[in-house]
Amino acid sequence: MLDLVEQYGSKGAVVVLGNHDAAAMGRSDDALNRNALAAVDWTRAQLGPRQREFLASLPLTVAEDDFLFVHASAAAPGQWIYVSGPREAAESIDAGGAVYVFSGHVHEQKLYYTGTSGRPMLFRPVPGTPIPTSKHHRWLAIVGSAGQPRDGNNAACYALFDTERERVTFFRVPYDFGAAMRKIRAAGLPDRLARRLERGL
Amino acid sequence: MTKLPETGSVIDGFRLGEMIHAGSMATIFRLTGDEGPLPLVMKIPRLGPGERAVNVIGFEVCRTVLGAVAQSRHHPTLVAYGDVETTPYLVMEHIDGVRLDDWLGRAPMPPEEIARLGTAMALALSDLHRQDVVHLDLKPTNVLFRSNGEAVLIDFGLAHHGHFPDLLAEELRIPLGNWVYMAPEQVLGVRCDPRSDIFALGGILYELATGRLPFGHPATVAELKRRFYRDPVPPRTLVPSTPPWLQEIVLRCLEVDARDRYASAREIALALSTPAEIPLTERGSRERRAGLPTLARRRIRAARFAPAPCPPPSTEPQVMRVVAVAISPQEVNEALRVALRDAARSAIAADPGCRIACITVVPPAATLSGVGEENSATGRHINRLIELRGWAKPLELPEERVTYHVLESDKPGAALVDYVRMNDVAHIVIGAPAAGTLPWRFGGAGAQVVGSAPCTVTVVRPRSEG
Repeated sequence: MLDLVEQYGSKGAVVVLGNHDAAAMGRSDDALNRNALAAVDWTRAQLGPRQREFLASLPLTVAEDDFLFVHASAAAPGQWIYVSGPREAAESIDAGGAVYVFSGHVHEQKLYYTGTSGRPMLFRPVPGTPIPTSKHHRWLAIVGSAGQPRDGNNAACYALFDTERERVTFFRVPYDFGAAMRKIRAAGLPDRLARRLERGL
Repeated sequence: MTKLPETGSVIDGFRLGEMIHAGSMATIFRLTGDEGPLPLVMKIPRLGPGERAVNVIGFEVCRTVLGAVAQSRHHPTLVAYGDVETTPYLVMEHIDGVRLDDWLGRAPMPPEEIARLGTAMALALSDLHRQDVVHLDLKPTNVLFRSNGEAVLIDFGLAHHGHFPDLLAEELRIPLGNWVYMAPEQVLGVRCDPRSDIFALGGILYELATGRLPFGHPATVAELKRRFYRDPVPPRTLVPSTPPWLQEIVLRCLEVDARDRYASAREIALALSTPAEIPLTERGSRERRAGLPTLARRRIRAARFAPAPCPPPSTEPQVMRVVAVAISPQEVNEALRVALRDAARSAIAADPGCRIACITVVPPAATLSGVGEENSATGRHINRLIELRGWAKPLELPEERVTYHVLESDKPGAALVDYVRMNDVAHIVIGAPAAGTLPWRFGGAGAQVVGSAPCTVTVVRPRSEG
């Protein structure tokens, strides 16, 4: 998986560091629970020098034109703040200084947008519907989790932004979570990590 | 600053013709030249220094909503649009029709005409609502009627589409939209309730019926909020010839709490097109507004008015799903009547919220000639209704869950298919001819319904006939 991401990165894809990546590199993270720590320990054991080097090279944020990419909140990228409401969204949008902020960390697909008052409002996207996102507003898109969706739907999440037509589309795609569950169990990781994939929790 | 567009200007290849509207938010031009199959207009928002920010957002909203709704006869088709930064415009179908406000001078109108216009408007609203769109600016200047009677809703600058972020959902200092027809919840900033459009429709029907506005012309927010507790003067008090059914429909649309109004525009279309069938309540016969004690009580309650939660999206088709049962006239086959009733029972068990529409088709009145009350056209019509009621009685459905319809037509099959289409029927139950007999019951109507009704069709045959 990591090698695949590295491949994409070498072809110009934007890759930013996430909290689990940082933890696997040995930076302590108090927010992680026992199960997550078990996964982190497993991951650490799998990493070779090349992968470590790749993870170490990852930036916390990438800013390009009107875009800012960050794993958690742009207000303090290394502190892994959850953008869980309009207040956190406002902080991230303000700190990001871009028209569009794309982030993850929160596993559900969400789109925050500001109107004339500047206060961000929450919209829950309808998968597959392209949303016009003009530059008159500021936008914070939480694209959702590809590997561990948590909204009760086990389909993986991703989003595409069309720079030409200025619109964002959120997607959900079914994937073989059964295979992922078998691999988790085969690796001897906590069963809960496998079970949650099936239920999307 | 680009120069203002005028007749003769060319924008992105479109040549502007006559200016047909100059409003506070936009100007509208006819387009000249042969651009294609549709006559077109270009709407250019008033953007720029000194103009309101809401104009920009209204433009974006209009573009998003019109671009997303399915093409339909009930709103203009969006053909092209320009960039909001450089050349903002919308090119849309030009609707050749009469604007409702041109007819307001004729109010009070005859009830039959109000029913016709109201049905058309309700069907247009229903077409939007089933796509999770709420218009939120329904008023006579935003409704056009095509020459065939269909209503077209225009100006989606304040609309809400459930599939897109609502750019107008802000803590607005001043309620956005037309205050005359605005629903109470909309005054408080709720933008996701299709029943707000139903309130506005009620306001329009009130105006057509009485020539007066239900809540006057509020000039301040405080005056606007009087509708939270002050009920309108009953239409029958102003125009005594108003039938109770019309007053019932109008006042139900104008209920303060959205939950007390019709749940869907589709139900209003049905009520207006079958006025004799609607259950009348105290609303229909009300003669005066609420007295002082009631008013005082309501006013105290209004201070804590909490709008009803918006209904969940995409549910309108499920609100009162209609199951139609076609019961052929002169039905003598009791076994089939029982079998049809059993099929209706199954449908009710499968969807306890559904409405059963009992239908029978009779030849048009003109071909009926008879002597005496029971042989006259009206007499026979009434007899059919009694038969239908008799059939439905054992189902023991509450009054609002069952309706009776005597359709007059020479072509029963076509009449049933039309009924299914017009009323968004989800499921129709029809009787099969006895096995081995010809022709089909309804003279081939059954085959036609199976062949072309846009819904589920159940063909019922009693076991004993097998």
